Amino acid sequence: MDFRFDIIAHYLPVLLKGTAFTIGVSIVSIIFGSILGLGIGFGKMAPKAYFRWPFHCYINFFRGTPLYVQILIVHFGVIPAFYGSTNVLMTSFVALSLNSAAYSAEIFRAGIQSIDPGQREAAVSLGMTGFQAMRFIILPQAVKRMVPAFGNEFIVLVKDSSLLALIAAPEIMYWSNTMKGQYLRIWEPYLTAALIYFILTYSLSKLLNYIERKV
Amino acid sequence: MEPMISVRHLHKSFGAHKVLADINVDIHTREVVVVIGPSGSGKSTFLRCLNFLEQPQEGDILIEGTSLMAKSTRINDIRTELGMVFQQFNLFPHKKVIENIMLAPVQVRKWPAEQARRKALELLDKVGLSEKAEAYPASLSGGQAQRVAIARALAMEPKIMLFDEPTSALDPEMVGEVLAVMKDLAREGMTMVVVTHEMGFAREVGDRVLFMEQGAVVEEGHPEQLFSHPSHERTRAFLSKVL
Ligand SMILES: Nc1ncnc2c1ncn2[C@@H]1O[C@H](COP(=O)(O)OP(=O)(O)OP(=O)(O)O)[C@@H](O)[C@H]1O
Ligand SMILES: [Mg+2]
Repeated sequence: MDFRFDIIAHYLPVLLKGTAFTIGVSIVSIIFGSILGLGIGFGKMAPKAYFRWPFHCYINFFRGTPLYVQILIVHFGVIPAFYGSTNVLMTSFVALSLNSAAYSAEIFRAGIQSIDPGQREAAVSLGMTGFQAMRFIILPQAVKRMVPAFGNEFIVLVKDSSLLALIAAPEIMYWSNTMKGQYLRIWEPYLTAALIYFILTYSLSKLLNYIERKV
Repeated sequence: MEPMISVRHLHKSFGAHKVLADINVDIHTREVVVVIGPSGSGKSTFLRCLNFLEQPQEGDILIEGTSLMAKSTRINDIRTELGMVFQQFNLFPHKKVIENIMLAPVQVRKWPAEQARRKALELLDKVGLSEKAEAYPASLSGGQAQRVAIARALAMEPKIMLFDEPTSALDPEMVGEVLAVMKDLAREGMTMVVVTHEMGFAREVGDRVLFMEQGAVVEEGHPEQLFSHPSHERTRAFLSKVL
């Protein structure tokens, strides 16, 4: 079997651009996803059941349906409704952020609820407000426990962003598909894509191990 | 004189389970009240109602005349006047000892950090742990942790101190050092409500003992009198097991 490194070399510049896109969309989505997820996670912990309900539905919808479907709904439904026409870049950020928010919300909720209730009691019995107890006592401890779960979510996000090829977002899989179409070869484009994803997720997991040891 | 704490017709249930039934107690300034009773009798629940960690369903609690049940009362403000010490210490593990003590004075009382630090060091000296200021709670023994927890509560300069079995989680050899700190406090005139099984402590520093059973105060009196001549059969039965 001949393996044509020359076509990989030829596609390398766009593959690297695709890699940058994948990294960018993953970073933006994990950031927006966690901010949104924090709010949703708190919403789901609200004392009143009717207040929890919309957050509960949000989480169940995004965790219970394929990202594939969510991307199509955002691309052809949500973005045109707000923006007037489809927009690949917006879909990429919005779809992944909304999806990641649902998982982040559960990570936050589990992390916060894992902290001994005695911590909150000690804080409020010193006169702190619920907000102060959350900010100074509970969140700092909970976040430490959330790091591994967030790391995992980030890795999943990097891999799942490959589904954006579906709407021709210029990421790694999109360029691999193009390469395949141009040369009618299977191994070179897909093995290259696999290798890039692996390098990304492997270095990410090493980085996360390092962070976990730090905190 | 107006009592420091006045508990009136207090009722508390968890769901259908009635835990406190019509508790009426007045606690006066500088008084040390010791609460004893069998497990599940509602001692902790009673104590936790006093700073509103548990919300009663009926009745009222007045702290220096201010009702905890009144809508206009700001519970956070009242809580700054009541220090609480827990069985499990509940120190903040992510903060150094000194930070544990300084946090509330700085964030709640809005003291400048320097003033809070001075106060914290003074209190650490008082509980005999000056050298632990920069340590993390995980490195402390149980007795040390509980003394830090007492210092943390005192940093808010409360008028009342609540103790919920402060020595029950300690190894026997560490009970003494914590009780010593509490005795000092009592001698200085702190108003204290102490749930404990330490009958020696009750005898020595208690002004009054409340015996609780099944959510009610069965009997109360001066420790000497209650321990030597209990007037209720149930008190006698309980004391015969613990004395
Ligand atoms: N949060 C809660 N939810 C439901 N039931 C509770 C709760 N807290 C306490 N109880 C119940 O209320 C009763 C009184 O509990 P409490 O902790 O006040 O007793 P106690 O006298 O402090 O006992 P112990 O000596 O074991 O600490 C017990 O039957 C307990 O199971
Ligand atoms: Mg108890």
